[in-house]
Amino acid sequence: MTAPMTATGATGARPVPPGLGSPLARTVRLGLLRIGYEVRAYFRQGDTVFFTFLFPVVMLTIFSVSFSEASFEQTADGDDITAAWFFLPAMLAAGVLLSGLQNLAIDIAAEKSNGTLKRLAGSPLPVVSYFIGKIGQSVVTGVLQAVILLLLAFTVFQVPLPEEPARWGDFAWMFLLGVITSAILGIALSAVPRSGASATAVVIPITLVLQFISGVYLRFSDLPDWLQSVASIFPLKWMAQGMRSVFLPDELVVLEQNESWDEPGIALALAVWLVAGLILTRLTFRWIRRDS
Amino acid sequence: MTTAQNVVEVRDLRKTYGDTAAVDGVSFDIHRGETFALLGPNGAGKSTTIEILEGYRRRTSGEVRVLGADPERAGLDWKARLGIVLQSSGEVGAVTVREQLAHFAALYPNPRDVDEVIGAVGLEEKAGALIRKLSGGQRRRVDVAVGIIGRPELLFLDEPTTGFDPEARRSFWALIRQLQGEGTTILLTTHYLDEAAQLGDRAGIIASGRMVDLAPIGELGGADARIPIVRWVEQGGVREERTHAPAAVAAALIDRLGGEPEGLEVIRPSLEDVYLDLVGHEHADDLAPETLTETRA
Repeated sequence: MTAPMTATGATGARPVPPGLGSPLARTVRLGLLRIGYEVRAYFRQGDTVFFTFLFPVVMLTIFSVSFSEASFEQTADGDDITAAWFFLPAMLAAGVLLSGLQNLAIDIAAEKSNGTLKRLAGSPLPVVSYFIGKIGQSVVTGVLQAVILLLLAFTVFQVPLPEEPARWGDFAWMFLLGVITSAILGIALSAVPRSGASATAVVIPITLVLQFISGVYLRFSDLPDWLQSVASIFPLKWMAQGMRSVFLPDELVVLEQNESWDEPGIALALAVWLVAGLILTRLTFRWIRRDS
Repeated sequence: MTTAQNVVEVRDLRKTYGDTAAVDGVSFDIHRGETFALLGPNGAGKSTTIEILEGYRRRTSGEVRVLGADPERAGLDWKARLGIVLQSSGEVGAVTVREQLAHFAALYPNPRDVDEVIGAVGLEEKAGALIRKLSGGQRRRVDVAVGIIGRPELLFLDEPTTGFDPEARRSFWALIRQLQGEGTTILLTTHYLDEAAQLGDRAGIIASGRMVDLAPIGELGGADARIPIVRWVEQGGVREERTHAPAAVAAALIDRLGGEPEGLEVIRPSLEDVYLDLVGHEHADDLAPETLTETRA
């Protein structure tokens, strides 16, 4: 601690501190800055990179290899639908859940108990900028994850990818809406664990059960009707259905509930959960428990 | 109640948890540009008080003004004028020293230069290292750097030098003197009385949630507290006498006892002695060991 700092305002009156400027512009500017900060820190964490980021990639590989002899359905032309093809949409949906909900619920609960949020609470960072940073981190990592899944499926497992631009348009809106909804629900869920240490124990069972009942690891069409109805309450079922509508051949729509891809239903379910997540976040999120 | 000269004003501050009063009617002011030390044993209410001023805790009653605002209601513009070094470092995500400082600098309207601050806390060689890989003392210096990066008008330092080696502590003192020279107002809590004496203009001593003394550091305990004590052993018992003329008392003793008094000592009470008198000796164990050895040596 030897180098002297430039003395500014050392003589007499201090300069009047400049204001922070327009709140909205500042919130957005700092939010974008937070995205860069969060993404950089994310990829330096070996464990999250493996368990959240690469997990769907690992699972797709395992499913594709283990069931490489099995045929799941057939296309109208009589071609077999391989395990890789069949599970690609499921793993894309799982990735959305993991990058958003699981990642953020655990991450923010940890930041709450390790002092990161207390430090930020004492700084002039708008809370919305913090959220933009977290949601942005989920979107960036989720998109990268999806790209890796698609490349792996296409190049290694020879899964035919859609050629129609309209399908990719559907993919874009469903994926973005899904990952943002998932991220906001993760922020809301981060209020539940009492400590960072218990966050994994609280969050993983929730995401695991959702994945089993929503058609990620098990064929949704094999589940009993009542369980399908239960799963329909939660967003992951709709996310998985949306991904199937993009990547599976149209004739497989007969396996869906009501034999329909139900795009409006997907949009509605995800939007309702997004709003619910925003309301919950507004009600429960605090930088710190003021009287802990 | 706010005046231009007072950066902090606290009146009859109370904070209770159930039936227990953590802070029990504390009042003090901090003038612009001064360094105010808040001293007291562990659990006396120092951190509760400082966290109420920082806006982290709600008060039960009393009035608080910090930079003209009530911390419970103040907004981001107010936070932009504060620097906070919390008592515990906590953990930091996987970012480097320079990344962390550059990021926090971007949150403030008129920040200091990042490399200057890194130099000021002596972390030039660690600027590119991940914060989590640093030693405890180095991480504490990152905390201090983050606390001053926004060029705060008012800086809260809650036990800032815990974990510092003596050399790092001296460098830290030099840094604080520089901030003082620039007009920064500082609220400091510390267990190191030498640190309070080195840096503080005035000090408040808190014990059991109450302010037991509030004065310029050199006047704590009142004028009588620093009157020298002559101590000796007579007929198997320790005797002592407070006097402004210890040599005369000792000479009179020699005359009366007809020789060298047994166990003769002349004690000039140090800040530590005064402090211990004020908070009660049962808290002596709370003092940092280093302070005890330094002042007793």
